Amino acid sequence: MNVLLVALGAAIGAPLRFIVDKHCVARLLQTTGQQVPLPWGTFTVNVVGSFILGLMTGVTDQNWTLLIGVGFCGAFTTYSTFAAETTALVSSGHRAKALLSVLLNLGIGLLAAVFGASLTK
Amino acid sequence: MTEVVQPGLPRVLGVVALGGIVGSLARYGLAAAIPHAEGGFPWATFLTNVTGCLAIGILFARLTPGSHPLLRPFLGTGILGGFTTFSTYAVDTDKLLHAQMHAHLVVAFAYFFGTVAAALLAATLGEWLGRRR
Repeated sequence: MNVLLVALGAAIGAPLRFIVDKHCVARLLQTTGQQVPLPWGTFTVNVVGSFILGLMTGVTDQNWTLLIGVGFCGAFTTYSTFAAETTALVSSGHRAKALLSVLLNLGIGLLAAVFGASLTK
Repeated sequence: MTEVVQPGLPRVLGVVALGGIVGSLARYGLAAAIPHAEGGFPWATFLTNVTGCLAIGILFARLTPGSHPLLRPFLGTGILGGFTTFSTYAVDTDKLLHAQMHAHLVVAFAYFFGTVAAALLAATLGEWLGRRR
């Protein structure tokens, strides 16, 4: 049962991350005309997912935690793509953008988690 | 050279979901195997994120324009995206900041900045390993 709840949450979270990144944020960025934009898609999913998981700290029901927390939020947010996009910015010479991406993900991501958790207290 | 047929969105979303399930269950299993006490260093999530970043470095260095078009969505976006997590990293840091434990702020600081340093190093190392041979 636990495994099924995590799997179900992940089956929604992972494709939704792909859609947000490739089909929402990427499309928005095209309109800005920047050649090497910051990885806003990954930033968006990480901040939104951290906020939702922050909210979930107030939920005591184990099933909801597994479905939304472990499954959905875990699969919706990503550390690997964040790291890969950052190192790609560095190796293509965009060090300032890489640093800004790290600062934004860590700073706003943590703030979103703190804010979400504070709403439940 | 054979022409690579681009798969449609439903198939891409399908393999991303499948990979996401596999990666998330592996993360869930690792978290269950290495539990951490309140105020303790979240080793399971740390190891998950750092090894996932090493793997994505290797993967991206190995992928070529001739690779199967579903390989990156399945392995990268799906499995590694589902395996690694930013939300647990952020929320665990928040919990450490509020833990009523001696030296909890030191642990929070070490975890928050240690993860990002190790993850970026791992991704760079992975790219280097993937490019060899």
